[in-house]
Amino acid sequence: MSDVVEKTLSALPGLFDSQTGAARITSRLRQLVKSITELTSKNEEESLIKQELSSMKEQVSSPNTSMMREIMVRAMYCEMLGYDASFTYIHAIKLAQQGGVLEKRVGYLAVSLFLNEGHELLLLLVNTVLKDLQSTNVIEAYMALTVVAQVFPKDMIPAVLPLLEDKLSYPKEIIRRKAVLALYKFYLIAPNQVQHIHAKFRKALCDRDPGVMTSSLHIYLQLITESPDDYKDLTGSFVTILKQVVGGKLPVDFNYHNVPAPWLQIQLLRILSLLGKEDRSTSELMYEVLDESLRRAEMNHNITYAILYECVKAIYTIHPKAELLEKAARCIGNFVLSPKINLRYLGLKALTYVVQHDAKLALQHQMTIIECLDHTDFTIKRETLELLFRITNAQNVTVIVEKMLDFLHGCSDEHTIIHLVGKVAELAEKFAPDNSWFIQTMNDVFSTGGDLLQQDVPNNFLRLLAEGSESKEEDDQLRLYAVNSYLTVLKGDASHLPQRFLQVMSWVLGEYAHLQESVDQREVIRLLTQLLDQRSVSSETRVWILSALTKISEGQTDLILDLAESLSSSQDTVLRQQAQELRQLSQDSQLYEWVLPRGAPWDSMEVDSSLSFLDGFVSEALAAGAAPYKPPHQRQEELCEDRALNLEPYSFSLPVSLSSCSITDRQSPTLLSVSSGLSGNSTELSQKAGSSTLILEGVKRVWGRDGYLRQNETTAPPVDEPSAAVQPSGQQEAAERLEPQPEPSTQNQDKLQLASSLFVGLGAGSSMSLLGKSEAPPPRFRKKPRPHESSSSSSSGTSERSSDSSSRSSHSTTDSFLYGSLLEEEPATSISAFSHTPKSSTANGLAQNKDTKEDRRANTSQILGGDMVIVRPNTFQDKHPSLVSSDLTALLPADLKDLPHSDVISLTSDPSLSLSSCRLFRDEALLLVILISNCTETVIKDVAVQLTCEELETASLRGNVMNCLEGNSTSVCHYALLMDEPHTNVSFTGTVSYQTQPGHTNTLSFSGTLSAADFIRPLVVSTEEYGKLWLSLSHDVKQNLKLLTDASDPLRTTLNALKDALQLHVVDIIGSEGIVACRLLSGAPCLLHCRVNGAALAMWLRSPHPALPDCILYHCQRALAQH
Amino acid sequence: MIKAILIFNNHGKPRLSKFYEHYTEDTEQQIIRETFHLVSKRDENICNFLEGGLLIGGSENKLIYRHYATLYFVFCVDSSESELGILDLIQVFVETLDKCFENVCELDLIFHMDKVHNILAEMVMGGMVLETNMSEIITQAEAHNKMEKSEVRAALLRSD
Repeated sequence: MSDVVEKTLSALPGLFDSQTGAARITSRLRQLVKSITELTSKNEEESLIKQELSSMKEQVSSPNTSMMREIMVRAMYCEMLGYDASFTYIHAIKLAQQGGVLEKRVGYLAVSLFLNEGHELLLLLVNTVLKDLQSTNVIEAYMALTVVAQVFPKDMIPAVLPLLEDKLSYPKEIIRRKAVLALYKFYLIAPNQVQHIHAKFRKALCDRDPGVMTSSLHIYLQLITESPDDYKDLTGSFVTILKQVVGGKLPVDFNYHNVPAPWLQIQLLRILSLLGKEDRSTSELMYEVLDESLRRAEMNHNITYAILYECVKAIYTIHPKAELLEKAARCIGNFVLSPKINLRYLGLKALTYVVQHDAKLALQHQMTIIECLDHTDFTIKRETLELLFRITNAQNVTVIVEKMLDFLHGCSDEHTIIHLVGKVAELAEKFAPDNSWFIQTMNDVFSTGGDLLQQDVPNNFLRLLAEGSESKEEDDQLRLYAVNSYLTVLKGDASHLPQRFLQVMSWVLGEYAHLQESVDQREVIRLLTQLLDQRSVSSETRVWILSALTKISEGQTDLILDLAESLSSSQDTVLRQQAQELRQLSQDSQLYEWVLPRGAPWDSMEVDSSLSFLDGFVSEALAAGAAPYKPPHQRQEELCEDRALNLEPYSFSLPVSLSSCSITDRQSPTLLSVSSGLSGNSTELSQKAGSSTLILEGVKRVWGRDGYLRQNETTAPPVDEPSAAVQPSGQQEAAERLEPQPEPSTQNQDKLQLASSLFVGLGAGSSMSLLGKSEAPPPRFRKKPRPHESSSSSSSGTSERSSDSSSRSSHSTTDSFLYGSLLEEEPATSISAFSHTPKSSTANGLAQNKDTKEDRRANTSQILGGDMVIVRPNTFQDKHPSLVSSDLTALLPADLKDLPHSDVISLTSDPSLSLSSCRLFRDEALLLVILISNCTETVIKDVAVQLTCEELETASLRGNVMNCLEGNSTSVCHYALLMDEPHTNVSFTGTVSYQTQPGHTNTLSFSGTLSAADFIRPLVVSTEEYGKLWLSLSHDVKQNLKLLTDASDPLRTTLNALKDALQLHVVDIIGSEGIVACRLLSGAPCLLHCRVNGAALAMWLRSPHPALPDCILYHCQRALAQH
Repeated sequence: MIKAILIFNNHGKPRLSKFYEHYTEDTEQQIIRETFHLVSKRDENICNFLEGGLLIGGSENKLIYRHYATLYFVFCVDSSESELGILDLIQVFVETLDKCFENVCELDLIFHMDKVHNILAEMVMGGMVLETNMSEIITQAEAHNKMEKSEVRAALLRSD
């Protein structure tokens, strides 16, 4: 190419811009922008952009890449204006994939603007990024790194991670820096994946390029915020770096307005303050450099203030050093007194931070603070109030709260209102000087905060009123004051009041209006009824009002009936229902007394969330042929079984979570059910239909903010005890401070007065504890300590359980004593007890064990013979007289003699040996005794018994190996069998090997079946305990059983029959209902609630174990059928 | 961390928007509108900081802005950034733009949106401040401009 051409070209760029390539690129955009700016309405803009987008859609289909770049820029423009150009996304990715460097750049830029980390198209970019990261072209690697740090799919991190690690040692520093930041980004989104490269971060911190080091500080700031202790060893390095920076050792390039690397300094100071927090030795390392920073930072530019501010904050954060604190305090003064408003803002922020450590500083700047309070700038005002909030105490609370409320009245920003109103409520509750002020302030809070208010503000207020403090008299005064105040408010115009406020008022009036004797209750009813008629009142509030009316309706039947009449045609079904309830209650004073007992203490209210009062209704429905209710997990199981193919291999895990979460919300049918109007909103309750803790939610919540609960629990002296010593000294000090001011004008006089009232109690005389959050003065309103904080049902359930398990564990110690620790306990509450066995429970509640089908047949015949244990059909005739029970007892060891046992049945025999078995029922296990009789005259040697059973835990206790068995004698061997999972029937098999002649071993095999009934033990509980336990159990099954009607007392007969067959414990029989308890060995309990229903017995079983009720039900049915 | 960088003119027309956290399209537009609403009603001689609205994260986040002639530059940051530091970062950004475009004006931002984004990417990457050194930023930006020109030239030569 000739020189001439080159020269021409180099002279042309200006022309190119306006004539070719680039010019064409912008021309369409220019047109677009121009036409958009000419438009006047949003509608026109919309149609224009739509037109533009459709023309772009056409253009993208033609494969002209130079057009592509231009289209991308136009698409970015449209997206920025808020129009959807998603059809270009894929083209952006294509551009990044295929284009030259220039196209790539636009493509990557568009991708990082259009897509977010979770976008599916991003996966298409991964390969391109990988390719570019490996590219030898620095620019390509650079662009790929940029996009990785902006948007990258989390799942794909492992793919690029090694490449990024390589980039950490790339020769060009800009690449290293970007790689460090990209790794930081990865750390933020997936910390575990970059765990192994922490060492490389250290290398980056020591990089020779200050820029790389600076980027690594981002990572360290994050890491140290998370766990400062792990990085204490780096303190020295950070201090050295800061020293070098402050000392001007960095290249001049890094200076900004003659300040060496200010952003780097800020970052380092933050890191140091985190490291030195509450750590004396680490703090000592940094005193010198902090001092140096303070000294070097001359006040000449904004950015030095930024450094100073960080410095001051660091000094107040780390372990204090008096000399530095003094300097820092002076610095804060410079900020606060600065004419520059930004600095003043930061000064206030610093003060807010610092007053927690040193209250006197606020005192020094009180005049400035008061000026800021009247400042026109919203931000400054807010920050000042934040500061005042921190220095509030019992003496200045009225002034500060007044200032806050003033501010609130003139404020329209929702966010600020919510935030500040919460703070006012907090202060009012903490420091209120008297009842009237408290109620007035809360009225203000409710009317200003309106419906933006966080729900816990009214909740806490109501809770405070309801629970009261120790003294009933004081409580009643407060309540009375509230009632009076609300009556006054309601007599005025109530239409503008927020709904929350109306709800609070109606609740208080409903609950406490009776305290005010001088006002006729009819008047209260009238006022509340008036509210109902107002259109602005929401339907939720109407429900509150109606609840209140219900509570005070006693004796005012005429008014109430009118009201109920007028509401019974309401459009709102909830209101109609409530009106109906109201009518019923007002006509039946006995019912009223029962539903709304006056003056009943809060703690004793029980809410029957399981609706046990409907039991009768349910059993009637069952008797009438309705399908029994099945809990969701059971239904799902059945669904699974119905399917030919089980496509959900994990569906059985569901009951575990269900049972564990629903464990508290069961109520006993034996408990008196009391529905209450506690929260005044019964509809909401029934909708939630949850645990009893939910019911009280309306009033029982804890402050989320600092310290309130903690202070409740301490029994501090009442605040009324005036801190007399404090007040004068505070004012005195204030006066001293103000002295140097030249002749205050009247306006200044006002300010001085304000100052003295604001800063009272902050003087040197007052201890700092007034301000410290942890040592705040005792709140005026203390709540009663509530030992029964958690609802009685759930707590009793748990305690029951824990006592259970402790008693069980004591059992197990004795067991291990007796049996050489061969018996292992299975606690009822263990997870395995909740886990579900796929074999159990079918639609009719009968267990269906595929491997016991055959046995069941045998079982049936056997049961008719009056024995539960099955003898296998056996070709051998029992030639030997079977042992009678008396013989058995003689053979048993002393400690087992007294146990209940079954009859002895023959298992098998051969010419030499005869085996029979007997079951002994121990509490914790079933003992299977196998009697081995030698039928010959000769000695049999080396007798060994082996017993196996898949479903049971078996342990041989003694006698399974015998050296010799004399002729015509009998030996016993015991096995302890434990059933962890309920199975209706289980079979066991075993072999006996023996030698009649030396070297000649015979084996004899045997087998037998055991039923779950063998493992069921009575659970001896009182009716009360039964009730508690019932609540805590989660799996229930209901079924109608046959009732033995031939006897005079069918229920008792039936239960006794069951008791005999299954070893149940009949807890109580009341009228037509009986409660029965049992457990699976010493494990999971099962409670049975029986009720005579016509000719049937409605049985309702509950157990923590999902399969146990079905299993027991099965055996109950058998036992009754057999009768 | 920087959550978002917004530039809009005195009428609230967005000139550049870059979000470092994911918001939906609608939320982004709402944030721009709300931010403009908050910032535009503030006087000239009051402070440059204000608490973020509800949309952009409440009291955790701050809006730090500067007003230049017809344009507002707003950075939305969380509590881990220094207010004054960001304020000067805005200054650095604007000065850099001024150098790159030679007396930058609103139109430059509209017509060279991609370039502005690229300059911004040199300063702030993924919400983190990457570079505060103006000359370094300009060097990088110019390198890219050069590359662009050489490509155009190459394309022209090819077509010749």
